[in-house]
Amino acid sequence: MLSKIWTAFLCIAWIGAMASGRMAEVSQAAAQGAGQAIKLLIEMIGLMMFWSGFMSVVSASGLGSGIAHILRPILRPLFGRAGNDRESMELVGASITANVLGLSNAATPLGLRAADRLYETAGRRGSPDRVLTLIILNTTSIQLIPTTVAALRAGMGAQAPFDIMPAVWGASILSVAAALFAARCLRPLFPDCPRQDR
Amino acid sequence: MAEWLVPALLACVTMYAQIRGVDVFSNFLEGAKKGAKTAAAIAPTMVGLLTAVYMLRASGAIDWLGAMMRPIFSCLGIPEACAPLVLLKPISGGGGLALGADIMQRAGADSYAGRVAAVMLGASEASIYTISLYAGSLGLKSTRYAVPAALIGDLTAFVSSAFFVRLFFGTN
Repeated sequence: MLSKIWTAFLCIAWIGAMASGRMAEVSQAAAQGAGQAIKLLIEMIGLMMFWSGFMSVVSASGLGSGIAHILRPILRPLFGRAGNDRESMELVGASITANVLGLSNAATPLGLRAADRLYETAGRRGSPDRVLTLIILNTTSIQLIPTTVAALRAGMGAQAPFDIMPAVWGASILSVAAALFAARCLRPLFPDCPRQDR
Repeated sequence: MAEWLVPALLACVTMYAQIRGVDVFSNFLEGAKKGAKTAAAIAPTMVGLLTAVYMLRASGAIDWLGAMMRPIFSCLGIPEACAPLVLLKPISGGGGLALGADIMQRAGADSYAGRVAAVMLGASEASIYTISLYAGSLGLKSTRYAVPAALIGDLTAFVSSAFFVRLFFGTN
């Protein structure tokens, strides 16, 4: 995916430069972009390390399982009958909690394990709703502290890099609700046909 | 509100962990190392994508795209500068970050467009990428309604990002 995007970017930049006559500027950007990226990363790396460290403390303190506990009654009804499968719900809870804490290193493997368990409980056939529900939850952002973005803002000279947090929470919650609601409404239009893809 | 949020969170969580008998600082160090690894891991992506985004910007293509999409985005309340981000973020997290950096640099991190870009990045994921990751890992043949539902979620995130930034910070 990224290969195509990158190729398209470079081709469009070249064609655009010919069309607008800004070849000199584009050539200069090609020479400066890499250095700019590293400068930006150097500004970001400290804050990223700090928050990743802090979130490990949160996780080690047992607050993570507290969050999982709070989330369980919200998550269970989303998964239909799979909500009664203890192992599924524990994995789902752990993966969502890792997402909430922004532990991206842990979140993806846990999420894939949770999806695998849900798929197993559905007999590994077709594209069951319970698996899609987990995937859709993972396509939305439910991070408590948007550390990478705050680090980027800090790198760009923002006065208070974290001041966007309430806005991020508001937009995140609305987006999770909209995605789950849309999934529920679209479900009858996209029936699961497990027999066809045997 | 946000001024006290971070210091209070840091103080309360470390105190709680200390009371629970957690070795606070060595856990911090462990996590900070992982954070350094994450940052190092995104460096090559950022070098590649940010260069491409800068070239696109210099060529004028990003401005044309923004101008082209202005009618749709102005009725959704999304600033024109953030239009390319709406298209790229669902496909690529790294690309979104590079484009967001470019928007913040041009408009200013504390400007309206710069803030909206930041909130958009923080409130959404690379949906299409995530769906293909999970579907590929499980071997699903069809993702049924996942893509349209996820894109509705993304659009909601983008429109409400602009809304909440206007609500909390105004449009300056």
